[in-house]
Amino acid sequence: MWPDERVVRFVNENFLPARVHVKDDGQAFQRFSERFRAPWTPTILLLDPDGVEQHRIEGFLPADDLLAQLMLGRAKLAFAQQQWAEAERRFREIVEQFPQTDAAPEALYWAGVAPYKATGNPASLKATGRAFAERYQDSTWAKKASVWR
Amino acid sequence: MPINFRHDVDQVLEDAKAQRKPVLLDFSAAPM
Repeated sequence: MWPDERVVRFVNENFLPARVHVKDDGQAFQRFSERFRAPWTPTILLLDPDGVEQHRIEGFLPADDLLAQLMLGRAKLAFAQQQWAEAERRFREIVEQFPQTDAAPEALYWAGVAPYKATGNPASLKATGRAFAERYQDSTWAKKASVWR
Repeated sequence: MPINFRHDVDQVLEDAKAQRKPVLLDFSAAPM
């Protein structure tokens, strides 16, 4: 859903955007789809500055879901760079702004992990486990966080 | 305002490394 203004703004502000088109850039598509193991379209990869994949979005998504996934990927990039406070802030933004999306329970999970990674204090994990008792109970992420309660 | 997609992926990856900026790589079949 690239025409969505929020998506366009977020992409242009946060990434160097590149595209390979299955028909118009056939050779490039073949080369990069093999390199990044992305044989299907649409597939969006979010790569760190060294070209390492940190998040993958496969298939069409409506605008809210796509933006939430892009935000999730951006948060994971901060997490991978051990920018714990920024990662937590970005994960929590997803839960607050797009609570109805599939990205939200995953973001809630990692929002609890980031401060634990920063401090070693398990309080944020326990709080996250309790939060999952009240929302997203049917999600995979609630099951994963259930050991923290 | 469109997304400023580039198609020189190798150069984008080099620029990302130099600028320490993440990359969005879109594998697309959408009409250009």
